Order: sequence, then C-alpha cells, then structure tokens
Amino acid sequence: MLSWFFVSPAERRLLGFARLGGPTPWVIAIMTFSIMLIAATGLALANTAGVLSRAIEARYALEVPGGGANLDALTNAVRSTPGVMSVEAVPQGEMRKTLERWLGPAAQSAELPVPALINFDVAPGARLDRVQQRASELAPGARIIAHRDSVAPLLNSLSVLQAVAFGLVLLLSAAAAAAVVLAARGALDTHRFTIEVMHGIGATDLQVTHLFQRKIAIDAFIGSLVGGLAAAVVLLLLAGGAAFAGELTGGATLSIGDLVILALLPFALTALAAWVARTAVLRALRDAL
Amino acid sequence: MAAVAEFDSVGLRYGTGAEVLRDLDFRLRFGTFYFLTGPSGAGKTSLLKLLYLAQRPTRGRIRLFGEELSEAPREMLPPFRRRIGVVFQDFRLIRHLSAFDNVALPLRVAGASDEDVEGPVREMLAWVGLADRASARPPTLSGGEQQRVAIARAVINRPELLVADEPTGNVDAEMANRLMGLFTALNRLGTTVIVATHDVGLINATPGAQLIRLENGTLVDPTGTLRNPPRPGKGPA
Repeated sequence: MLSWFFVSPAERRLLGFARLGGPTPWVIAIMTFSIMLIAATGLALANTAGVLSRAIEARYALEVPGGGANLDALTNAVRSTPGVMSVEAVPQGEMRKTLERWLGPAAQSAELPVPALINFDVAPGARLDRVQQRASELAPGARIIAHRDSVAPLLNSLSVLQAVAFGLVLLLSAAAAAAVVLAARGALDTHRFTIEVMHGIGATDLQVTHLFQRKIAIDAFIGSLVGGLAAAVVLLLLAGGAAFAGELTGGATLSIGDLVILALLPFALTALAAWVARTAVLRALRDAL
Repeated sequence: MAAVAEFDSVGLRYGTGAEVLRDLDFRLRFGTFYFLTGPSGAGKTSLLKLLYLAQRPTRGRIRLFGEELSEAPREMLPPFRRRIGVVFQDFRLIRHLSAFDNVALPLRVAGASDEDVEGPVREMLAWVGLADRASARPPTLSGGEQQRVAIARAVINRPELLVADEPTGNVDAEMANRLMGLFTALNRLGTTVIVATHDVGLINATPGAQLIRLENGTLVDPTGTLRNPPRPGKGPA
C-alpha cells in the first residue's frame, strides 16, 4: 500500500501540483482529532470499569439491622471465618454521620432505622455461607450484600458509555470516508478532461486511479497527522489533571497498549481514506467507456 | 489482405436521438491510406470515434485488429487503444502539461521509463518543428503549434492505425504538406491511416489514397465499396 504514495514526477504532473488546496485535509484533521479524543475517553472508561470491577470483585458488606449492639462480637466472628480478609466495621454512629450530608439532622432520628455495616474482603474459595451462618447466630436478620451488586448500575452505565464512544468512533470514521468519497468525485470532475485523454490513449482504470488515490492518501495523511497531533496535545494537557481524575475514576489511566492504539488511529484513517478513494474512483471510472 | 477494421451493419445514435450513422459496411485494410470526406454533420467525427473506441455502436458489429470489440468489456479496450493514434479536431492537449509531457504521454501510459521517453519525444518535437517549444504549455502555443503537438502525440508510439480528424485545419500549406508527408511516411512503414478532411487538394496530393465519403450518416456509394478518385484505375478495397 505504501506504493500508493509514490508515483513518478511525470505522473505527478498529470494532476497538476499537489497542494493542500481542498477541504479534505482539514475535514480529516477534525475527524481524527474527534476520533482520538473519543477513543481515549472510551479506553479510559474501559480501564475505569476494569479497575472498579476488580476492586469490588471480592468485597462484601454484612448489613446488621438495628445498629448491631454486639458489633464487636460480629466483627470478630466474621474475621475468624476462614478465607475472610481485611474486615472493617462501620458502626451505626458513623453511618448516621454519613447520612447527615443528605438528610441533615433527621439522620440522627431514632425513628430512622440505620443499620451498621461490616465490610470485608474474601479470598477465592471462601465460604460466604459460613459467614452468613455465624452472623445470623449473633444478629438475626443480618445479611450479606455483594458490592458488585450495588455497583452494577454504575458498571452498566460505564459499559453503555464505552459502546457510545465506540459507536461515535465508527460514525466519525464513516463520515471521514464519506468526505473522501466527495473529494474523490470532485477531483474526478476537475480532471475529467485529463482522464478522457488518458483513457483515449490506452490508460487503464488502475493507472488513472493510482494518480487520484495517491493525492487523496497524501491529503488524508497530512490531515490525520495534524488532527492526531492536536489530539495528543489535548490529551497531554488532560493528563496534567490525572491525579484528580484518578481520584474520581479509581485510578484508571491509559495503558501503553491504549496509547499505541491511539497512535495508530491516524495511520488507520489514512489507510481507510486511501482505500475509499481508490474504490470510489474505480467505481466512477466504470461508468466511462 | 487482412483488415484493420471491419464494420458490419453499424449504426450509432446518441441517447434517444436519431441515428447519426446508419448501416455502415466496410473494411479498412492494413497499411492503406484513407481519406474520409463528406459535408459537415455527415457523421465523420462519429465514425472516427467508433474507430478509436471512444464510442460503442448502438447496433451492428465492429472488429478491430481481428477482434470483435462492439460489446467487449471495457477492461479489454486499453491495449487496443494503445495501437491507435488519434489526432483530435480540438487537439485535446492537457493544458497544464508541457508540449514534451503531452507528446510523451502515450509512451508513459504504455510503461516506458523516463530515459526511454526522452530521445523519441525530442526527435518527434524536432520533426514537427517544435524543438524549442518543448517546455511550453498548450495555452501559450498557437493553434498550429498545438495541432503539431497533437500530431506528434498521436504518432509517437508508431500506431498501427492512425485516425486524424481535420489534422491540417489550423496549419499553413507548407506545414500541411509536411504533416501529410509524415502521415504517408508512417503509412509506408505499415500504419493504416484514415484522415477526415474537406481539403480536396490534400486528397489529390496523396496518390494511392482510398476515399470514403459519408453523407447523412451513410456511405454514399450504395454498394459500400471504397473508391480512389486520384487514381481511377485502382480497384476498390
């Protein structure tokens, strides 16, 4: 495919001097810029979802109705169950304090049934039924809640956002391809006379197409490089706030693999543009004799 | 003798209009010089377009170089077009290319390298008197100069069939004679030449040439045979 970029000086002269005349490079630059930012967002969301999912995979909470008068005994019982790690009790008082942010003084009302919580992590293979059994003996009505069930709606939302980002990348790529098709048709109209003369003296469609696909591939390459560089600058600026973002997103950042994918996007767009131009020109030439 | 072109009941119409060519039956023999005459609007240019494969007939069959090409797929046509040189009435030079590049185009399309192109193109430009105008672009050339560039482009790769539409219309008498000399020289080397012209003087000055006369889209001779007025003694093609 690299040969698409190279033709002899004589062939290059056939379409006049190549320059950034038309809107194609700029359209491709804008598309590349948007695609890279959206793709980066999608990849970061995927990482966030992964980090969150891994962090809560083994985390559970024991909900103790009525505040758990025997919270210490319950905590010890949970801690002593085989496979249970890092147990942390959240007494009813702390729960009420937390709820005050939303409910105000009403959070301290005795009429509000606020449970106590015991958060704990488990090792693979741990018997949750044992934990449940011991807890029920000390506090009837206590129940185990998996954190992943609580966070499931958030993870679903992240998945939807990833799908939206992926869809937008596809849509923008399709829009870039459509812009290339229009550019190819415009170029064919501009150079119709040259094409007729070339066909008249025995040039094949592939010979004619080679000239156009080279010009459009170069326009697309320059456009996608400009757009890619602009997107890289924006991403670097955003990386400055990564610590803050990390707090919000559970520490998710772009991996080396993600950066490689992002770096390859401008080249992928150039390849797409060159292929679309070639197909569009060949199709248009088929209508001629 | 084998035929370069064979027309069998050929008709041509553009779109839904009336037929501009009707019931054409004739053969062009290898190595023969033909003049195509007839009043304006008789269909000369249309007939030439069929010959140089710029148009397909709407009916009938055309064989070129022994191949039936009336309905041949378009991918088949380029190799045949490379065997035909065409001098267009309106020159059809590419405006942004120099005279050199215009003349070199058929050689480059045929795959010649820059080194292989240089000598023959310079020689051809010298022959048509434009050696010092090689780098000039068509808009800066006179009508006659453009016509000579067009002729140089048509003959640069020694075509087997040369089709010329009013090739001497824009040049003076001396250049017209030189160009006809080039055509006859090519013809002596085996190229079949067909020249559309109104110039009776040109026809009479080309001994041995055959004559095809068109009127209202049909060959005037009801038998469809070709005659050679300058030498009445010669038989039909």
